[in-house]
Amino acid sequence: MDIFGRLTIDSLPFYSAIAASGAGITVLGALIVMAVITYLGAWRVVLFDWVSSIDHKKIGIMYIMVALVMLMRGFIDAAMMRSQQAIAYNNEGYLPPGHFDQVFSSHGTIMIFFMAMPFLSGLINLIMPQQIGSRDVAFPFMNAISLWLTTAGAGLVLISLVIGKFSTAGWTGYPPYSGSEFTPGVGVDYWLWAVLISGVGSTMTGINFLVTIIKCRAPGMTMLRLPLFTWTVFVTAILMVFAFPSLTVAGGMLVLDRTLDMHFFTNGMGGNMMNYINLFWLWGHPEVYILILPAFGVFSEVVAVFSQKRLFGYISLVLATMAIGFLSFTVWLHHFFTMGSSAKVNSFFGTMTTIIAVPTGVKVFDWLFTMYRGRIIFKPPMLFTLGFLVTFTIGGLSGVLLALPPVDYLMHNTTFLIAHFHNVIIPGVLFGYIAGYMFWFPKAFGFKLNEKWGTWSFWCWIIGFYLAFMPLYLLGFLGMPRRMEHYEIAAWQPHLIVAAIGAFIIFLGIVCIAVQLIVSIRDRKTALDLTGDPWNGRSLEWATSSPAAPYNFAVLPQVQSVDAWWDMKARGVAYQRPQQYEDITLPKNTFVAAVIGGAGFVFGFAMIWYVWWLAILCLAVIFVSIVIRASDDDSDYVMTAVEVKAIEDERFAQLAKAPKNEMADDPGFAGEPVPEAST
Amino acid sequence: MSATTMTVTPQDAAKYEEKEFGFWLYLMSDAILFALLFATYLVMVGNAAGGPTGKELFSLERAAGETALLLLSSTTFGVAAVALSQGDRPKVLLWLAITFLLGAGFIFLEIGEFRGMIDQGAGPDRSGFLSSFFTLVGTHGLHVSVGLSWIAVMFGQVVFKGLTPPVASRLMRLGLFWHFLDIIWVVIFSVVYLPGLL
Repeated sequence: MDIFGRLTIDSLPFYSAIAASGAGITVLGALIVMAVITYLGAWRVVLFDWVSSIDHKKIGIMYIMVALVMLMRGFIDAAMMRSQQAIAYNNEGYLPPGHFDQVFSSHGTIMIFFMAMPFLSGLINLIMPQQIGSRDVAFPFMNAISLWLTTAGAGLVLISLVIGKFSTAGWTGYPPYSGSEFTPGVGVDYWLWAVLISGVGSTMTGINFLVTIIKCRAPGMTMLRLPLFTWTVFVTAILMVFAFPSLTVAGGMLVLDRTLDMHFFTNGMGGNMMNYINLFWLWGHPEVYILILPAFGVFSEVVAVFSQKRLFGYISLVLATMAIGFLSFTVWLHHFFTMGSSAKVNSFFGTMTTIIAVPTGVKVFDWLFTMYRGRIIFKPPMLFTLGFLVTFTIGGLSGVLLALPPVDYLMHNTTFLIAHFHNVIIPGVLFGYIAGYMFWFPKAFGFKLNEKWGTWSFWCWIIGFYLAFMPLYLLGFLGMPRRMEHYEIAAWQPHLIVAAIGAFIIFLGIVCIAVQLIVSIRDRKTALDLTGDPWNGRSLEWATSSPAAPYNFAVLPQVQSVDAWWDMKARGVAYQRPQQYEDITLPKNTFVAAVIGGAGFVFGFAMIWYVWWLAILCLAVIFVSIVIRASDDDSDYVMTAVEVKAIEDERFAQLAKAPKNEMADDPGFAGEPVPEAST
Repeated sequence: MSATTMTVTPQDAAKYEEKEFGFWLYLMSDAILFALLFATYLVMVGNAAGGPTGKELFSLERAAGETALLLLSSTTFGVAAVALSQGDRPKVLLWLAITFLLGAGFIFLEIGEFRGMIDQGAGPDRSGFLSSFFTLVGTHGLHVSVGLSWIAVMFGQVVFKGLTPPVASRLMRLGLFWHFLDIIWVVIFSVVYLPGLL
């Protein structure tokens, strides 16, 4: 009787009050969302306008919604760790060790795979096609599959709170501990299948972005006229295509070890666990740059727009991005200097790690020189950019310190390392995404976010960050290992209490973001973006209406310069009506992608619980869905010139009512766009 | 894009080109996946853990038979592609069917090989070496099986839709996939079977 595999009634979390309340909150949250949709009578809109949509802008918004939900979840994990460590001196605190281990494992997994990855895919989806003057990504249907596979992975992590337990092996899942001999339950399987299923989505996303940038640019948009955000997406997409197979191989082999008793990474029988660690970081280090390069792109856009000046050193930023992309494949061994490779191997990887700081430094100087002699306007996205510049530089320097193998031997697996990578990832990645969220929000929804709450959010984030992580550098020097559930060293506790206070202030920063969203929706009528260009922007995404029409551009723009939109405004050819409109071919909505994602979710669940018949059924559903879609040669519809004209008429009527330049009233406004000399 | 029985608008031609380029990128990604499986195999080839090694397990006759079937199937697919460019629907169907049979024969031989090894206690759970062997060769076999399903679907599309531009574009991508698997097999033969036996 194993029709339900390993699944029994004991899988429900009634063994611990904390676990049960976590499960309760998850279930309650889902129920509340469904109740709200029912109350608003919005199921039709949710299903037919959103779930079935393959419009890149809606997919982008859905990605970011997933990311924000998972940010909450990942932050709750962080708060639990900080509060546990703040009180667990000479006592057990409130979290038992097994639970604490699940918390730090899910924190890392969620923040990397299900907060940062969807956030970045969302921003790119929303903006990149508009920046290059395209009507969509190259493969809109595959784009939707990527979204739903990522969501399926996030769903597996969430449901692990309710049914069974999550991994205790950390977000990296090192064997042999993560093998079935030492960790037999379903936890590691939850981690593996969540990561593998969303990884397939990420590979497809990479292919999609790469083809879009190479093949779908507007006339005149040469590679060296691409906005810098698109350049960083280009390199990130290359890294996705070439790095993710390594995660698939490492994770797949661990699945085979656990499920079919193979011996890739076991202690005996010819296993070689260090191979896992090589394969994992062969993906893992490029992944760091997959996350941070698009954030660098956001900073590049924000700093130029709010300094009201052309980006300094465009070519050097492009070259630095390419160099970082290449070098990111040459440094993976610095994650395990202590594996015991020879001094020559360690010094090679130490040297390469130091070298990768050079192009990053070039970028920092380019951003500084962009601000130099600019008229800086301190809107929230700009504040996050300034906070990034200062804080990220400190994190980068501690990274160069760790790049020296002898230092790494001392610091390895201490909280110094934790401080270092949070010090690059929070300002570098998260500040970038939040800046992008606040910068491009008007483009997605047609109104601006409240600036006061955005500013407060920034100050909470940056002050909270320093309080939460600077003590961890000191604790690293004091020899505190990472992932301690409790400890007996009195000198550590004061630092951990400060860190917990910092985490609380970061929590206020997250609350400010939530309040900002609510207040902005309430007051949206007073902050409408009528022109589609709320910040006096420079690149083509500001040429479309806010929110953009389904086709983005009624007539494809003719690009003559870097900063194409600024150039069009300076030449006085912006907002011009074309003589006539043409029919536009657009993809039809379809539920097939969501069905594939749903089947992917159930497939993962079935593999985790060994419900083999269900797994086979899901594969059959996926196969049939793909065949049906691949046999459908009528997946597009034509929007006629008359319909296009109706939408555009409305747009120009709105423009007639709008101020000529939405930034003109700002005290820092430096004047209308004029032609600029190239740098 | 090769000539087909129907005319293709420039917009459609651009769409097919995008799809082919995207498919090339997928193949490059897949090539990395196989490269890592090869690297793992080479790391683990000596880790027999007291169990059987390649010398005792591999049969040159069987590997040669598998190679012959797969290489031949690549040639027959090439013939189908030529027929496609001439717009000759019956010929396309005939050569697709022959390609399918040759590929199925390859899978039949491979399953026999795997079963024989498992029956004599040399399954993937016996040692690190055998885990990496089964995973590398099995991943290739899985790809060939997916390719077979794809050939079957395309056979149906050619029957029911004819050699329309979208069908022709899919056949071209299927061809890329099929030849790619051939190349991977040549590397498997040279890296796994030949050194194992010599």
